[in-house]
Amino acid sequence: MNFLIEALAALGRTAINMFSGVGRLMLFTLQALRAAVVPPYYFGRLAEQMALIGWFSLPVVGLTALFTGAALAQQIYVGGGRFNAESTVPAIVVFGMIRELGPVLVGLMVAGRVASSMAAELGTMRVTEQIDALATLRADPFRWLIAPRLVASVVMLPLLVMVANAIGIMGGWLLSVNKLGFNSGAYLATTRKFIEHDDFIMALMKAAVFGFFIALLGCYHGYRASGGAAGVGNATTHAVVSSFIMILLSNLIITLMVFG
Amino acid sequence: MGQHNETPMIELIDVYKSFGPKKVLDGVNLKVRRGESLTVMGGSGTGKSVMLKCILGLLKPDSGRIFIDGEEMTGASGRDQQRLRAHFGMLFQGGALFDSLPIWRNVTFALTNGRGGHAREMRDKAAMLLERVGLGPEVLDLRPSSLSGGMQKRAALARAIAHQPDVLFFDEPTTGLDPVLAGRINRLIVQLVKEMGATAVTITHDLHSARTISDRVAMLHQGKVIWDGPASALDESGNEIVDDFVKGLE
Repeated sequence: MNFLIEALAALGRTAINMFSGVGRLMLFTLQALRAAVVPPYYFGRLAEQMALIGWFSLPVVGLTALFTGAALAQQIYVGGGRFNAESTVPAIVVFGMIRELGPVLVGLMVAGRVASSMAAELGTMRVTEQIDALATLRADPFRWLIAPRLVASVVMLPLLVMVANAIGIMGGWLLSVNKLGFNSGAYLATTRKFIEHDDFIMALMKAAVFGFFIALLGCYHGYRASGGAAGVGNATTHAVVSSFIMILLSNLIITLMVFG
Repeated sequence: MGQHNETPMIELIDVYKSFGPKKVLDGVNLKVRRGESLTVMGGSGTGKSVMLKCILGLLKPDSGRIFIDGEEMTGASGRDQQRLRAHFGMLFQGGALFDSLPIWRNVTFALTNGRGGHAREMRDKAAMLLERVGLGPEVLDLRPSSLSGGMQKRAALARAIAHQPDVLFFDEPTTGLDPVLAGRINRLIVQLVKEMGATAVTITHDLHSARTISDRVAMLHQGKVIWDGPASALDESGNEIVDDFVKGLE
Protein backbone atom coordinates (compact mmCIF):
# COMPACT_ATOMS: atom_id res chain seq x y z
CA MET A 1 0.00 0.00 0.00
CA ASN A 2 2.79 2.37 1.00
CA PHE A 3 4.61 1.56 -2.21
CA LEU A 4 1.53 2.43 -4.23
CA ILE A 5 1.11 5.75 -2.44
CA GLU A 6 4.78 6.62 -2.94
CA ALA A 7 4.57 5.70 -6.64
CA LEU A 8 1.47 7.86 -7.06
CA ALA A 9 3.13 10.73 -5.18
CA ALA A 10 6.20 10.47 -7.42
CA LEU A 11 3.97 10.48 -10.49
CA GLY A 12 2.10 13.52 -9.15
CA ARG A 13 5.35 15.37 -8.43
CA THR A 14 6.61 14.64 -11.94
CA ALA A 15 3.35 15.89 -13.47
CA ILE A 16 3.39 19.06 -11.34
CA ASN A 17 7.05 19.72 -12.24
CA MET A 18 6.30 19.20 -15.90
CA PHE A 19 3.31 21.54 -15.90
CA SER A 20 5.10 24.21 -13.87
CA GLY A 21 8.06 23.93 -16.28
CA VAL A 22 5.75 24.45 -19.26
CA GLY A 23 4.12 27.38 -17.46
CA ARG A 24 7.49 28.98 -16.72
CA LEU A 25 8.56 28.59 -20.35
CA MET A 26 5.28 30.11 -21.55
CA LEU A 27 5.66 33.13 -19.25
CA PHE A 28 9.28 33.53 -20.35
CA THR A 29 8.19 33.36 -24.00
CA LEU A 30 5.51 36.02 -23.50
CA GLN A 31 7.95 38.33 -21.70
CA ALA A 32 10.55 37.80 -24.42
CA LEU A 33 8.04 38.49 -27.22
CA ARG A 34 6.80 41.61 -25.46
CA ALA A 35 10.36 42.88 -25.06
CA ALA A 36 11.03 42.16 -28.75
CA VAL A 37 7.94 44.03 -29.96
CA VAL A 38 7.43 46.93 -27.53
CA PRO A 39 10.04 49.74 -27.55
CA PRO A 40 12.64 50.75 -26.46
CA TYR A 41 14.85 48.70 -28.78
CA TYR A 42 18.60 48.21 -28.52
CA PHE A 43 19.68 48.32 -32.18
CA GLY A 44 23.38 48.12 -31.34
CA ARG A 45 22.84 44.91 -29.40
CA LEU A 46 20.69 43.56 -32.25
CA ALA A 47 23.40 44.25 -34.85
CA GLU A 48 25.97 42.58 -32.62
CA GLN A 49 23.81 39.47 -32.26
CA MET A 50 23.04 39.38 -35.99
CA ALA A 51 26.77 39.30 -36.70
CA LEU A 52 27.37 36.62 -34.07
CA ILE A 53 24.52 34.41 -35.20
CA GLY A 54 24.60 35.05 -38.94
CA TRP A 55 28.04 36.08 -40.11
CA PHE A 56 30.04 33.88 -37.77
CA SER A 57 27.88 30.82 -38.52
CA LEU A 58 28.54 31.10 -42.25
CA PRO A 59 31.71 28.91 -42.36
CA VAL A 60 30.17 25.98 -40.50
CA VAL A 61 26.86 26.28 -42.33
CA GLY A 62 28.57 26.61 -45.72
CA LEU A 63 30.81 23.59 -45.22
CA THR A 64 27.95 21.45 -43.90
CA ALA A 65 25.77 22.36 -46.89
CA LEU A 66 28.56 21.81 -49.42
CA PHE A 67 29.46 18.35 -48.15
CA THR A 68 25.84 17.29 -47.68
CA GLY A 69 24.80 18.45 -51.16
CA ALA A 70 27.68 16.52 -52.73
CA ALA A 71 27.03 13.38 -50.66
CA LEU A 72 23.33 13.59 -51.51
CA ALA A 73 24.10 13.72 -55.25
CA GLN A 74 26.36 10.66 -54.94
CA GLN A 75 23.71 8.70 -52.98
CA ILE A 76 20.93 9.54 -55.44
CA TYR A 77 23.15 8.63 -58.36
CA VAL A 78 23.94 5.22 -56.87
CA GLY A 79 20.39 4.59 -55.63
CA GLY A 80 18.78 5.87 -58.84
CA GLY A 81 21.14 3.68 -60.88
CA ARG A 82 19.26 0.59 -59.65
CA PHE A 83 16.27 1.55 -61.80
CA ASN A 84 18.00 3.66 -64.46
CA ALA A 85 17.00 6.97 -62.84
CA GLU A 86 20.43 8.62 -62.58
CA SER A 87 19.02 11.66 -64.33
CA THR A 88 16.90 12.50 -61.28
CA VAL A 89 20.02 13.66 -59.37
CA PRO A 90 19.57 17.44 -59.92
CA ALA A 91 15.85 17.37 -59.15
CA ILE A 92 16.22 15.35 -55.95
CA VAL A 93 19.19 17.42 -54.77
CA VAL A 94 17.01 20.53 -55.14
CA PHE A 95 14.04 18.97 -53.34
CA GLY A 96 16.21 17.43 -50.65
CA MET A 97 18.20 20.56 -49.92
CA ILE A 98 15.41 23.13 -50.06
CA ARG A 99 12.62 21.17 -48.41
CA GLU A 100 14.51 19.28 -45.70
CA LEU A 101 18.27 19.19 -45.46
CA GLY A 102 18.96 22.91 -45.84
CA PRO A 103 16.67 24.12 -43.04
CA VAL A 104 17.22 21.14 -40.71
CA LEU A 105 21.00 21.00 -41.04
CA VAL A 106 21.35 24.76 -40.63
CA GLY A 107 18.99 24.62 -37.66
CA LEU A 108 20.97 21.85 -35.98
CA MET A 109 24.38 23.40 -36.70
CA VAL A 110 23.30 26.82 -35.48
CA ALA A 111 21.61 25.28 -32.43
CA GLY A 112 24.88 23.53 -31.56
CA ARG A 113 26.83 26.74 -32.01
CA VAL A 114 24.45 29.45 -30.86
CA ALA A 115 21.99 27.93 -28.34
CA SER A 116 24.95 26.58 -26.37
CA SER A 117 26.78 29.90 -26.41
CA MET A 118 23.64 31.85 -25.40
CA ALA A 119 22.95 29.47 -22.52
CA ALA A 120 26.57 29.57 -21.37
CA GLU A 121 26.81 33.37 -21.57
CA LEU A 122 23.49 34.10 -19.89
CA GLY A 123 24.07 31.31 -17.36
CA THR A 124 27.42 32.80 -16.40
CA MET A 125 25.80 36.24 -16.17
CA ARG A 126 23.13 34.77 -13.90
CA VAL A 127 25.49 33.00 -11.50
CA THR A 128 27.86 35.98 -11.32
CA GLU A 129 24.89 38.31 -10.59
CA GLN A 130 25.37 40.31 -13.80
CA ILE A 131 21.67 39.85 -14.62
CA ASP A 132 20.73 41.20 -11.17
CA ALA A 133 23.15 44.07 -11.78
CA LEU A 134 21.34 44.90 -15.04
CA ALA A 135 18.06 45.17 -13.14
CA THR A 136 19.57 47.41 -10.45
CA LEU A 137 20.95 49.64 -13.22
CA ARG A 138 17.40 49.97 -14.55
CA ALA A 139 18.00 47.98 -17.73
CA ASP A 140 15.36 45.33 -18.38
CA PRO A 141 17.29 42.06 -18.91
CA PHE A 142 14.60 40.91 -21.33
CA ARG A 143 15.12 43.96 -23.53
CA TRP A 144 18.88 44.12 -23.22
CA LEU A 145 19.78 40.45 -23.35
CA ILE A 146 16.94 38.34 -24.71
CA ALA A 147 15.00 40.40 -27.27
CA PRO A 148 18.07 41.16 -29.46
CA ARG A 149 19.04 37.48 -29.49
CA LEU A 150 15.51 36.36 -30.34
CA VAL A 151 15.02 38.86 -33.16
CA ALA A 152 18.52 38.29 -34.58
CA SER A 153 18.04 34.55 -34.61
CA VAL A 154 14.60 34.72 -36.30
CA VAL A 155 15.98 37.10 -38.95
CA MET A 156 19.35 35.41 -39.57
CA LEU A 157 18.27 31.76 -39.78
CA PRO A 158 16.29 32.24 -43.04
CA LEU A 159 19.26 34.08 -44.54
CA LEU A 160 21.61 31.27 -43.49
CA VAL A 161 19.21 28.70 -44.94
CA MET A 162 19.12 30.54 -48.28
CA VAL A 163 22.91 30.51 -48.37
CA ALA A 164 23.03 26.86 -47.31
CA ASN A 165 20.53 25.85 -49.99
CA ALA A 166 22.57 27.59 -52.67
CA ILE A 167 25.83 26.05 -51.47
CA GLY A 168 24.26 22.60 -51.04
CA ILE A 169 22.88 22.64 -54.58
CA MET A 170 26.28 23.83 -55.76
CA GLY A 171 27.92 20.90 -53.92
CA GLY A 172 25.65 18.48 -55.76
CA TRP A 173 26.38 20.19 -59.08
CA LEU A 174 30.17 20.16 -58.49
CA LEU A 175 30.22 16.45 -57.74
CA SER A 176 27.78 15.56 -60.52
CA VAL A 177 29.71 17.47 -63.16
CA ASN A 178 33.23 16.58 -62.06
CA LYS A 179 32.78 12.98 -60.90
CA LEU A 180 29.50 11.59 -62.23
CA GLY A 181 29.84 12.94 -65.77
CA PHE A 182 26.77 15.20 -65.90
CA ASN A 183 26.61 18.04 -68.41
CA SER A 184 26.90 21.30 -66.49
CA GLY A 185 24.35 23.27 -68.53
CA ALA A 186 21.75 20.50 -68.49
CA TYR A 187 22.24 19.97 -64.75
CA LEU A 188 21.70 23.65 -63.98
CA ALA A 189 18.69 23.85 -66.30
CA THR A 190 17.03 20.93 -64.48
CA THR A 191 17.93 22.48 -61.14
CA ARG A 192 16.24 25.77 -62.10
CA LYS A 193 13.18 23.89 -63.32
CA PHE A 194 12.66 22.16 -59.99
CA ILE A 195 13.18 25.16 -57.69
CA GLU A 196 9.62 25.94 -56.66
CA HIS A 197 8.44 29.13 -55.03
CA ASP A 198 6.34 27.32 -52.39
CA ASP A 199 9.25 25.07 -51.36
CA PHE A 200 11.41 28.11 -50.94
CA ILE A 201 8.82 29.87 -48.76
CA MET A 202 8.38 26.76 -46.64
CA ALA A 203 12.15 26.51 -46.13
CA LEU A 204 12.30 30.12 -44.96
CA MET A 205 9.31 29.60 -42.69
CA LYS A 206 10.95 26.55 -41.15
CA ALA A 207 14.17 28.49 -40.68
CA ALA A 208 12.42 31.34 -38.88
CA VAL A 209 10.67 28.87 -36.55
CA PHE A 210 13.97 27.08 -35.87
CA GLY A 211 15.65 30.41 -35.19
CA PHE A 212 12.94 31.28 -32.69
CA PHE A 213 13.37 28.01 -30.78
CA ILE A 214 17.17 28.20 -30.82
CA ALA A 215 17.26 31.65 -29.23
CA LEU A 216 14.29 31.08 -26.93
CA LEU A 217 15.64 27.85 -25.45
CA GLY A 218 19.24 29.04 -25.34
CA CYS A 219 18.16 32.16 -23.43
CA TYR A 220 15.61 30.37 -21.25
CA HIS A 221 18.01 27.77 -19.92
CA GLY A 222 20.82 30.31 -19.47
CA TYR A 223 18.57 32.84 -17.74
CA ARG A 224 17.36 30.24 -15.26
CA ALA A 225 20.79 28.72 -14.57
CA SER A 226 21.80 28.30 -10.95
CA GLY A 227 24.45 26.51 -8.96
CA GLY A 228 27.76 27.82 -10.31
CA ALA A 229 29.80 26.21 -13.07
CA ALA A 230 27.90 22.92 -12.91
CA GLY A 231 24.61 24.80 -13.27
CA VAL A 232 25.89 26.64 -16.34
CA GLY A 233 27.03 23.31 -17.81
CA ASN A 234 23.59 21.79 -17.26
CA ALA A 235 21.89 24.84 -18.76
CA THR A 236 24.06 24.54 -21.88
CA THR A 237 23.29 20.85 -22.30
CA HIS A 238 19.55 21.41 -21.82
CA ALA A 239 19.58 24.31 -24.28
CA VAL A 240 21.20 22.24 -27.03
CA VAL A 241 19.14 19.08 -26.46
CA SER A 242 15.80 20.91 -26.18
CA SER A 243 16.46 23.07 -29.23
CA PHE A 244 17.46 19.97 -31.28
CA ILE A 245 14.21 18.28 -30.26
CA MET A 246 12.10 21.35 -31.02
CA ILE A 247 13.78 21.79 -34.43
CA LEU A 248 13.08 18.21 -35.43
CA LEU A 249 9.54 18.24 -34.03
CA SER A 250 8.57 21.57 -35.58
CA ASN A 251 10.12 20.43 -38.89
CA LEU A 252 7.84 17.40 -38.88
CA ILE A 253 4.78 19.47 -37.97
CA ILE A 254 5.43 22.07 -40.70
CA THR A 255 6.15 19.36 -43.29
CA LEU A 256 2.91 17.56 -42.38
CA MET A 257 0.97 20.81 -42.47
CA VAL A 258 2.26 21.71 -45.93
CA PHE A 259 2.48 18.27 -47.57
CA GLY A 260 0.31 16.10 -45.31
CA MET B 1 8.56 60.39 -2.89
CA GLY B 2 8.04 61.02 0.81
CA GLN B 3 7.79 64.60 1.99
CA HIS B 4 8.93 64.17 5.57
CA ASN B 5 12.47 63.53 6.62
CA GLU B 6 11.23 61.30 9.45
CA THR B 7 10.05 58.80 6.84
CA PRO B 8 12.57 55.95 6.92
CA MET B 9 14.55 55.61 3.70
CA ILE B 10 13.97 51.86 3.85
CA GLU B 11 11.42 50.01 5.95
CA LEU B 12 10.73 46.28 6.09
CA ILE B 13 7.58 45.13 7.86
CA ASP B 14 7.09 41.42 8.67
CA VAL B 15 8.91 40.17 5.57
CA TYR B 16 8.76 36.43 4.99
CA LYS B 17 10.51 34.51 2.23
CA SER B 18 10.89 30.76 1.76
CA PHE B 19 12.45 28.61 -0.94
CA GLY B 20 10.46 25.38 -0.96
CA PRO B 21 10.45 24.06 2.61
CA LYS B 22 13.41 26.30 3.58
CA LYS B 23 12.33 29.38 5.51
CA VAL B 24 14.93 32.09 4.80
CA LEU B 25 13.28 35.27 6.08
CA ASP B 26 10.99 34.65 9.00
CA GLY B 27 9.35 38.00 9.73
CA VAL B 28 12.05 40.62 9.24
CA ASN B 29 11.33 44.09 10.63
CA LEU B 30 13.90 46.78 9.97
CA LYS B 31 14.09 50.54 9.47
CA VAL B 32 16.96 52.45 7.88
CA ARG B 33 16.93 56.19 8.47
CA ARG B 34 17.89 58.70 5.81
CA GLY B 35 21.65 59.33 5.70
CA GLU B 36 22.36 56.43 8.04
CA SER B 37 24.90 53.69 7.37
CA LEU B 38 23.51 50.35 8.50
CA THR B 39 25.29 47.02 8.40
CA VAL B 40 23.31 43.81 8.47
CA MET B 41 25.45 41.07 9.96
CA GLY B 42 24.92 37.37 10.32
CA GLY B 43 26.49 34.05 9.53
CA SER B 44 26.39 32.42 6.11
CA GLY B 45 22.92 31.34 5.04
CA THR B 46 21.04 33.56 7.49
CA GLY B 47 19.19 35.34 4.69
CA LYS B 48 21.21 38.56 4.36
CA SER B 49 21.50 38.42 0.57
CA VAL B 50 17.86 37.34 0.20
CA MET B 51 16.79 40.33 2.32
CA LEU B 52 18.85 42.65 0.14
CA LYS B 53 17.38 41.18 -3.05
CA CYS B 54 13.87 41.66 -1.64
CA ILE B 55 14.63 45.33 -0.94
CA LEU B 56 15.98 45.76 -4.47
CA GLY B 57 12.87 44.11 -5.88
CA LEU B 58 14.89 41.27 -7.42
CA LEU B 59 13.03 38.75 -5.25
CA LYS B 60 9.39 38.95 -4.24
CA PRO B 61 8.70 38.30 -0.56
CA ASP B 62 6.05 35.68 0.23
CA SER B 63 4.43 38.22 2.54
CA GLY B 64 5.22 41.47 4.29
CA ARG B 65 5.81 44.98 2.99
CA ILE B 66 8.90 46.92 1.94
CA PHE B 67 8.88 50.71 1.62
CA ILE B 68 11.48 52.88 -0.08
CA ASP B 69 11.26 56.49 1.06
CA GLY B 70 7.60 55.90 1.94
CA GLU B 71 6.72 54.24 -1.37
CA GLU B 72 5.89 50.57 -1.40
CA MET B 73 8.29 48.38 -3.39
CA THR B 74 6.43 45.12 -2.80
CA GLY B 75 3.61 44.77 -5.27
CA ALA B 76 4.73 47.79 -7.32
CA SER B 77 4.53 47.43 -11.12
CA GLY B 78 7.71 46.68 -13.07
CA ARG B 79 7.87 50.31 -14.21
CA ASP B 80 7.46 51.65 -10.65
CA GLN B 81 10.11 49.26 -9.38
CA GLN B 82 12.48 50.52 -12.07
CA ARG B 83 11.73 54.09 -11.05
CA LEU B 84 12.41 53.30 -7.39
CA ARG B 85 15.65 51.57 -8.35
CA ALA B 86 16.87 54.87 -9.77
CA HIS B 87 17.54 55.76 -6.12
CA PHE B 88 19.78 52.72 -5.65
CA GLY B 89 23.41 51.98 -6.30
CA MET B 90 24.55 48.44 -5.66
CA LEU B 91 27.98 46.93 -5.21
CA PHE B 92 27.68 43.19 -5.79
CA GLN B 93 29.85 40.68 -3.98
CA GLY B 94 31.84 39.70 -7.06
CA GLY B 95 31.54 43.12 -8.71
CA ALA B 96 29.13 41.77 -11.36
CA LEU B 97 30.75 43.91 -14.06
CA PHE B 98 29.48 43.06 -17.54
CA ASP B 99 32.10 40.85 -19.21
CA SER B 100 31.05 41.90 -22.69
CA LEU B 101 31.62 45.63 -22.15
CA PRO B 102 34.80 47.65 -21.57
CA ILE B 103 35.22 49.25 -18.16
CA TRP B 104 34.17 52.72 -19.33
CA ARG B 105 30.84 51.41 -20.63
CA ASN B 106 30.34 49.41 -17.44
CA VAL B 107 30.92 52.49 -15.29
CA THR B 108 28.55 54.69 -17.29
CA PHE B 109 25.92 51.99 -17.80
CA ALA B 110 23.31 53.64 -15.55
CA LEU B 111 23.80 56.97 -17.35
CA THR B 112 23.44 55.56 -20.86
CA ASN B 113 20.89 52.88 -20.01
CA GLY B 114 23.22 50.43 -21.73
CA ARG B 115 23.29 52.33 -25.05
CA GLY B 116 26.41 53.21 -26.96
CA GLY B 117 25.92 56.94 -27.73
CA HIS B 118 27.90 59.98 -26.48
CA ALA B 119 31.09 57.94 -26.35
CA ARG B 120 33.55 60.79 -25.76
CA GLU B 121 31.46 62.42 -23.04
CA MET B 122 30.85 59.08 -21.34
CA ARG B 123 34.52 58.10 -21.46
CA ASP B 124 35.41 61.39 -19.75
CA LYS B 125 32.71 60.81 -17.17
CA ALA B 126 33.96 57.25 -16.59
CA ALA B 127 37.55 58.50 -16.17
CA MET B 128 36.34 60.97 -13.56
CA LEU B 129 34.38 58.32 -11.65
CA LEU B 130 37.26 55.87 -11.81
CA GLU B 131 39.56 58.54 -10.41
CA ARG B 132 37.22 58.89 -7.42
CA VAL B 133 37.75 55.22 -6.62
CA GLY B 134 41.50 55.37 -7.23
CA LEU B 135 41.73 53.88 -10.73
CA GLY B 136 43.55 55.53 -13.61
CA PRO B 137 42.41 56.10 -17.21
CA GLU B 138 44.52 53.14 -18.39
CA VAL B 139 41.71 50.77 -17.36
CA LEU B 140 39.01 52.53 -19.40
CA ASP B 141 39.22 50.26 -22.42
CA LEU B 142 40.05 47.04 -20.59
CA ARG B 143 37.55 44.23 -20.13
CA PRO B 144 36.64 43.33 -16.53
CA SER B 145 38.50 40.01 -16.80
CA SER B 146 41.78 41.93 -17.26
CA LEU B 147 41.45 43.57 -13.82
CA SER B 148 42.43 42.13 -10.45
CA GLY B 149 39.70 41.39 -7.86
CA GLY B 150 40.34 44.64 -5.97
CA MET B 151 40.31 46.71 -9.16
CA GLN B 152 37.07 45.06 -10.27
CA LYS B 153 35.49 45.97 -6.92
CA ARG B 154 36.57 49.57 -7.31
CA ALA B 155 35.31 49.74 -10.89
CA ALA B 156 32.01 48.24 -9.70
CA LEU B 157 31.90 50.88 -6.98
CA ALA B 158 32.40 53.58 -9.61
CA ARG B 159 29.49 52.07 -11.57
CA ALA B 160 27.31 52.03 -8.45
CA ILE B 161 27.82 55.74 -7.72
CA ALA B 162 27.73 57.00 -11.33
CA HIS B 163 24.09 58.12 -11.24
CA GLN B 164 24.36 59.77 -7.78
CA PRO B 165 22.03 57.36 -5.97
CA ASP B 166 20.40 58.19 -2.63
CA VAL B 167 20.89 54.69 -1.28
CA LEU B 168 24.00 52.56 -1.65
CA PHE B 169 23.95 48.80 -1.04
CA PHE B 170 27.13 46.85 -0.45
CA ASP B 171 27.00 43.06 -0.58
CA GLU B 172 30.03 41.60 1.22
CA PRO B 173 32.29 44.42 -0.01
CA THR B 174 35.50 42.95 1.40
CA THR B 175 35.00 39.24 0.74
CA GLY B 176 37.87 37.70 -1.19
CA LEU B 177 40.21 40.66 -0.68
CA ASP B 178 43.44 40.70 1.34
CA PRO B 179 43.37 42.79 4.56
CA VAL B 180 45.13 45.76 2.97
CA LEU B 181 42.74 45.88 0.00
CA ALA B 182 39.77 45.24 2.28
CA GLY B 183 40.82 48.22 4.43
CA ARG B 184 41.17 50.37 1.32
CA ILE B 185 37.68 49.41 0.11
CA ASN B 186 36.21 50.08 3.58
CA ARG B 187 37.77 53.57 3.70
CA LEU B 188 36.60 54.25 0.15
CA ILE B 189 33.03 53.29 1.06
CA VAL B 190 33.05 55.54 4.14
CA GLN B 191 34.45 58.43 2.10
CA LEU B 192 31.98 58.04 -0.79
CA VAL B 193 28.95 57.64 1.46
CA LYS B 194 29.97 60.77 3.38
CA GLU B 195 30.67 62.80 0.21
CA MET B 196 27.37 61.81 -1.38
CA GLY B 197 25.31 62.11 1.80
CA ALA B 198 23.76 58.78 0.88
CA THR B 199 22.02 56.17 2.98
CA ALA B 200 24.10 52.98 3.04
CA VAL B 201 23.14 49.38 3.69
CA THR B 202 25.96 46.87 3.89
CA ILE B 203 25.68 43.16 4.41
CA THR B 204 28.74 41.42 5.66
CA HIS B 205 30.10 38.95 8.15
CA ASP B 206 33.36 40.89 8.36
CA LEU B 207 33.32 42.51 11.82
CA HIS B 208 36.12 44.92 11.06
CA SER B 209 34.29 46.10 7.95
CA ALA B 210 31.05 46.53 9.93
CA ARG B 211 32.75 48.64 12.61
CA THR B 212 34.52 50.81 10.00
CA ILE B 213 31.60 51.40 7.67
CA SER B 214 28.50 51.63 9.82
CA ASP B 215 26.68 53.82 12.32
CA ARG B 216 24.32 51.01 13.26
CA VAL B 217 24.39 47.23 13.08
CA ALA B 218 21.49 44.78 12.81
CA MET B 219 22.06 41.10 13.46
CA LEU B 220 20.14 38.63 11.33
CA HIS B 221 19.78 35.14 12.75
CA GLN B 222 17.53 32.36 11.44
CA GLY B 223 15.61 34.80 9.27
CA LYS B 224 14.91 37.38 12.00
CA VAL B 225 16.57 40.58 13.20
CA ILE B 226 17.56 39.56 16.73
CA TRP B 227 19.58 42.63 17.69
CA ASP B 228 19.85 46.16 16.43
CA GLY B 229 22.07 48.86 17.88
CA PRO B 230 24.96 51.30 17.36
CA ALA B 231 28.12 49.80 15.84
CA SER B 232 30.01 51.01 18.92
CA ALA B 233 27.79 48.81 21.14
CA LEU B 234 28.59 45.57 19.32
CA ASP B 235 30.90 44.38 22.10
CA GLU B 236 28.32 45.08 24.82
CA SER B 237 25.19 43.98 23.02
CA GLY B 238 23.88 41.87 25.87
CA ASN B 239 22.73 39.36 23.28
CA GLU B 240 24.25 35.90 23.48
CA ILE B 241 24.13 35.21 19.74
CA VAL B 242 25.73 38.58 18.91
CA ASP B 243 28.40 38.00 21.58
CA ASP B 244 29.18 34.56 20.15
CA PHE B 245 29.36 36.02 16.63
CA VAL B 246 31.67 38.83 17.75
CA LYS B 247 33.91 36.39 19.62
CA GLY B 248 33.82 33.89 16.77
CA LEU B 249 32.19 31.14 18.86
CA GLU B 250 29.75 28.46 17.66
